[in-house]
Amino acid sequence: MTVLLMSLLVGLGAFAAGLLGALTGLGGGIVIVPLLTIAFGVDLRYAIGASLVSVIATSSGAAAAYVKEGYTNIRVGMLLEVATTIGALAGAYLAGWISPNAIAVVFAIVLLFTAIQSFRPHTEHLSDDSDRLALRLRLASDYPTPAGRHSYQVRNVPTGFGLMFLAGILSALLGIGSGVVKVLAMDRAMHLPFKVSTTTSNFMIGVTAAASAGVYLSRGYIDPVLALPVMIGVLSGALVGARVLTRAPTRALRLLFTIVVVVLAAEMLYKGVTGTV
Amino acid sequence: METERWSDDRVEQVVGNLLRIGVLVAAAVAVAGGIAVLVQHGMRQADYGTFTGEAAEFTSIGGIVRGVLALDSRAVVQLGLVLLIATPIARVVFSLVAFLLQRDRLYVVITSIVLAVLLFSLVFGGG
Repeated sequence: MTVLLMSLLVGLGAFAAGLLGALTGLGGGIVIVPLLTIAFGVDLRYAIGASLVSVIATSSGAAAAYVKEGYTNIRVGMLLEVATTIGALAGAYLAGWISPNAIAVVFAIVLLFTAIQSFRPHTEHLSDDSDRLALRLRLASDYPTPAGRHSYQVRNVPTGFGLMFLAGILSALLGIGSGVVKVLAMDRAMHLPFKVSTTTSNFMIGVTAAASAGVYLSRGYIDPVLALPVMIGVLSGALVGARVLTRAPTRALRLLFTIVVVVLAAEMLYKGVTGTV
Repeated sequence: METERWSDDRVEQVVGNLLRIGVLVAAAVAVAGGIAVLVQHGMRQADYGTFTGEAAEFTSIGGIVRGVLALDSRAVVQLGLVLLIATPIARVVFSLVAFLLQRDRLYVVITSIVLAVLLFSLVFGGG
C-alpha cells in the first residue's frame, strides 16, 4: 500500500472512531490502537504512539470549551494529575519490559470493561458534606445546571488518587485516555457530579498522555507520517460529532459502538493469547 | 489586587484559550508538513508492520529543529506533533503562574510536582 492510500484510509477510520466516540461520549481513542494493528497491520508500538498523539488533540480541543463553561474542577484535576502523570511515567517504562502479547491481553480486558460501563445507567453519587482531607485541599466547588449554579462536595480523595495512578499506567501502556477509569474515580469514589467528572477527566487526559508521549517520542514510537492522519481524523470526527450531537440517535450508536468494541476486544484477546501481536 | 484580577473564572477563560490556540497552531503546522510529505513521499510503500524506531531526526527536539531547518517535510509534521504534546504542558505552566498570583501555596506545590514529572519525561524520557 502506498503512503498516500494508507494515509487516506487511516484518516477515514480515525474520523469514524472520533465521530462515534463523540456521539456516544465514550471517546474514540480506545479503538485506534486495535484498528491500526488489526486492520492495517501496524506494529503495536507505532500504533500506541499515534493513538496517544490523537488523544492529546481531542482532549485539549474539547477541554477548551468545557473549562470556559465552568464545568471543569481545575483544583481536582491538578491534584489528581500528580497521580496520573507519575502513573503514566511508570506505565511507559513498564511498556518497555512486558511483551506486546501481554499488552494486547490487557487491552482486551480494558475494552470489555469499557463496553460494560457504557451500559450502566448514570446515577449521581453526591454527598452533603466534604470529608476532612477534601476540605483541606479546598476541592468542593459548583457547576452550571439549567437551574443555575449548583454546589457540590468531595470525599474519598485517597481512593480517587489510587484509581488515577492506575488510569495513568493504563493510558501509557495502551495509548488511550483512560477516561472510563478517570470518571469512575471522580464520580463513584469522590462523589463529584457526573458532568464535572467527565469534563475534568477530559481536562486531565492531555496532561496524562503528554507525560508518556515524551518518553515514546524519544524511543521512536511516534512516526510523523502515521500519527498525522490519525490525529486529524480523530480530531475532525470529534468536532463533527459535537456539532450533530443533539440530532443523533444516541442509543443505537451506543449499541453499534459497543459491538465494535467487543469485536475488537475478542480479536486483541485472540492475538495476545496465540502470541501473534 | 493581583489575587482579585486572577479570579478562578478569569483563569478558566485563559486556560480555555491557551488549549484552543495550542491545538490549532499544532494542527496547522502538522498539516502543512503533511501535505508536503504526501507530495514528496506519497507514492512510496508504507511499512509500519515491523518496529524499527524513528531516526534520531524525529526523536529529540534538537533533531526535529535541525530537520525543519533542513526543510525535511516529515520533521515539520513532527514539530507540529511536539507542539501538540507541549500544549497541555503549557497549560500546567500557566496554572502554576496563576496559583502563584493567587498566593495559593498548596496548589503552587501540587502544580510544581506535575510540571516536574512532565519535564522529567521530556528530558530523561529516552533513558
